[in-house]
Amino acid sequence: MLVFAARRILQAIPILLGVSLVVFGLVHIVPGNPIDMLMPPEASPEVIAQMKAAFGFDKPLYMQYLLWLLRALHGDFGLSVFNASPVWGQLVIALGNTFILAILAAMLGFSLGIACGLTAALYHGRWPDKLFSAISTTGVSLPHYWCAIVLVMFCAVLHDWLPAQGMGDDSLPLYDRLQYLVLPVVTLSLIPMGVIGRLVRATVLEIIGMEFVGALTAKGLTRWPVIRHIGKNAAPPVLALMGLQFGYLLGGSILVETVFNWPGSGNLLNLAIFRRDIPVLQATILVLASFFVVLNLLVDIAQAAIDPRIRR
Amino acid sequence: MSDATIDFVRRELLAQADAPAAPTPGYWQSVRQRLARDPVTIAVSLVLLAIVVISLGAPLVTHYDPYAGSVLARLKPIGTPGHWLGTDETGRDLWTRLCYGGRLSLLAGILPVTISLLIGGFLGILAGYAGGLVGTLIMRTMDVFYAFPSILLAIAICGLLGNGLSNSILALAVVFIPPMVRISETVTTQARQLDFVEAARASGTTTLQVIRYHVLANVLGPILVYATSLISVSIILSAGLSFLGLGVTPPRAEWGLMLNSLRQAIYVQPYVAALPGLMIFMTSMCFNLMSDGVRSAMDVKLNK
Repeated sequence: MLVFAARRILQAIPILLGVSLVVFGLVHIVPGNPIDMLMPPEASPEVIAQMKAAFGFDKPLYMQYLLWLLRALHGDFGLSVFNASPVWGQLVIALGNTFILAILAAMLGFSLGIACGLTAALYHGRWPDKLFSAISTTGVSLPHYWCAIVLVMFCAVLHDWLPAQGMGDDSLPLYDRLQYLVLPVVTLSLIPMGVIGRLVRATVLEIIGMEFVGALTAKGLTRWPVIRHIGKNAAPPVLALMGLQFGYLLGGSILVETVFNWPGSGNLLNLAIFRRDIPVLQATILVLASFFVVLNLLVDIAQAAIDPRIRR
Repeated sequence: MSDATIDFVRRELLAQADAPAAPTPGYWQSVRQRLARDPVTIAVSLVLLAIVVISLGAPLVTHYDPYAGSVLARLKPIGTPGHWLGTDETGRDLWTRLCYGGRLSLLAGILPVTISLLIGGFLGILAGYAGGLVGTLIMRTMDVFYAFPSILLAIAICGLLGNGLSNSILALAVVFIPPMVRISETVTTQARQLDFVEAARASGTTTLQVIRYHVLANVLGPILVYATSLISVSIILSAGLSFLGLGVTPPRAEWGLMLNSLRQAIYVQPYVAALPGLMIFMTSMCFNLMSDGVRSAMDVKLNK
């Protein structure tokens, strides 16, 4: 087990390096220097040179990359070109806000997905199965940004049930601030629910057909212990998908955060794109992608812990 | 046994040998038969066909100009005489905009999948068939791109290249290439190990011919099915990029962009504002259901 974990961690290092290269390279496939685009046309060459030196854009590309990577490893992503405040500080706050949404949405979506998928598989071919198949296909085809708008329309415009956007003031009591969470969390949980539900249904159906399930029932086990056995066998693939989905929730919430004006990492990324704030952009993408890699790593290790066959 | 009987049997056998073999349904024929018996797949295919026809024939189903607005007719509700689906925030007829919008939305959704099918399919089959160093090189490069959540990578590429239809198509194509490569590599590796491919190679068939006649015939089906399932995601993502202001630029009609520009109008005309999103939803749902239908019709194991 330890050998497997160590090997998996070693394999993740070249991927992380590759990710950092892609993130750095993406910015530089665009012609022109980030500073040139920001400076007014009448700025003197000396001032531009000074700015380039200040932000480190005057060095050759590979030096810029190495310096950027070295600093990034220390959590130093430089200063925002837009407001000259440290990127790391902005990023931590934004990531925290995104985390709250992602965790809650994941808990809601995963538990609903498992419940629905399991019910559908246990009642295979009967109405709960058909109802659920319809719901999950709808879940994976929904453009979630549209769903967000429809929810706002229904719960905030047509009825005055929930706040439409933002995350509330610090001064508000906890209950009022929780209300701001409801709509974004529900919106974000729809896709994981559909995706997980579909996989749980397929996996459980496959396992139910295996001989050991029949043997357990024949041995006289009641319904729930049998379901527990099935659950343990269905866990690895479902767990893997959950890891991926949680990663998507962290990195892909940009559209939903835009609709709800939620000050998370997606919103930060959106602002950075429109302000052409390269340091913020690079840092946000790098950190989110690294999270994704680490998450997949953890999932692989967890899978191996549950199922010894994966360790090989 | 009498001679008559022997003669009868002999004639029967001869007749059987002479008669053309009873037509055994081929694989594709059976797929077509199963599809014809699947009402859901037929229904969604018809809806998709209608969406495509109406988008392409937009000038025939509406007499309004998709760009000509009117200050007086802004944000009319659904059912207004002359504008049966209402008007948008600059007074343009929404039905007209939705019809014309389908052109760009479908193009921006389908083209990235086609591009990634060609490039990713080629790389994947190459990696799967060649294996060794080439295969490892291709697959490890794809692993790096796999480390990005798809929407994040699309937004990053699009945001850096600047907005515009072609950049959004390019960004999505880049996003879809890695999964395409992975699927193609997996099925090609499986196909390469089949006995008849082995036999063809052993009997001296050239590599190109083995790939063309034996490998492609076995891998194209699964790869194409996977590609159709990506179209639904692609439509949602491309409309999402436009929704963020990274894709199609105003004043052109595109569902995601329309949804964004009508977003402020949900307080005035909530139902009108939700229509472009409904179109995105319907189209992606139809593509999803169609791809599910085709997949299960093509799955030999399911249909035994």
